[in-house]
Amino acid sequence: MKGQPADGKRTTERYHALWTPTILLLDPEGVEQHRIEGFLPVDDFLAQIELGLGHAAFKHERWVEAERWFDNVAQHHGDSDAAAEATYWVGVARYKATGDARHLSDTAVAFAHRFQNTPWAKKASVWGKRAA
Amino acid sequence: MEIRWRRDVEAALEEARRTARNVLLDFSAAPT
Repeated sequence: MKGQPADGKRTTERYHALWTPTILLLDPEGVEQHRIEGFLPVDDFLAQIELGLGHAAFKHERWVEAERWFDNVAQHHGDSDAAAEATYWVGVARYKATGDARHLSDTAVAFAHRFQNTPWAKKASVWGKRAA
Repeated sequence: MEIRWRRDVEAALEEARRTARNVLLDFSAAPT
C-alpha cells in the first residue's frame, strides 16, 4: 500500500516514518511488526519482507509458520543480509514449537559453518556452550 | 508472493482486519 499525499502526513506521523524509503509490515490489526528503512536491492528487499512475515507470525506465536518464513530466507536468500538473522530465528521457532533445546544447539552448530562473523552467530554461540 | 498495492490507507487497513492479512505500508515519497 502506498501513501497518498492527501493523507500522507497523517500516516507518516502515525507510523513515525522519518526517512524514505521506509516500508512497514503491519499485522491485520495495523500493528507494526517489521520496519525496513533505506533502499535495498531486490533480493535483499524480498528477504526482508519474508523475514518480517516470519517475525509477524512469531509475535503471534504461530511457530510453524514463523519457521517456514525464516527457513525460506535462510535457504533461498542466503546471500542477503537477512539470512544470518533468519537462521537464528529458525532455531528459536523450532524450539518454541517443540520445546526441544537441541534445535538451539543445532543452530549454534550451523553458525560454525555459515555467517560466522555476524552478530547472530554471537547470539547463538551461547547455545553451543550450553550443549557442550 | 504477490503484492497488491493500494493508495487508500484506511481502506487497506480495514480490509486487512476483515481478511486477516498483513499490510505493507510504503513511504517512498521525498521527506518534507
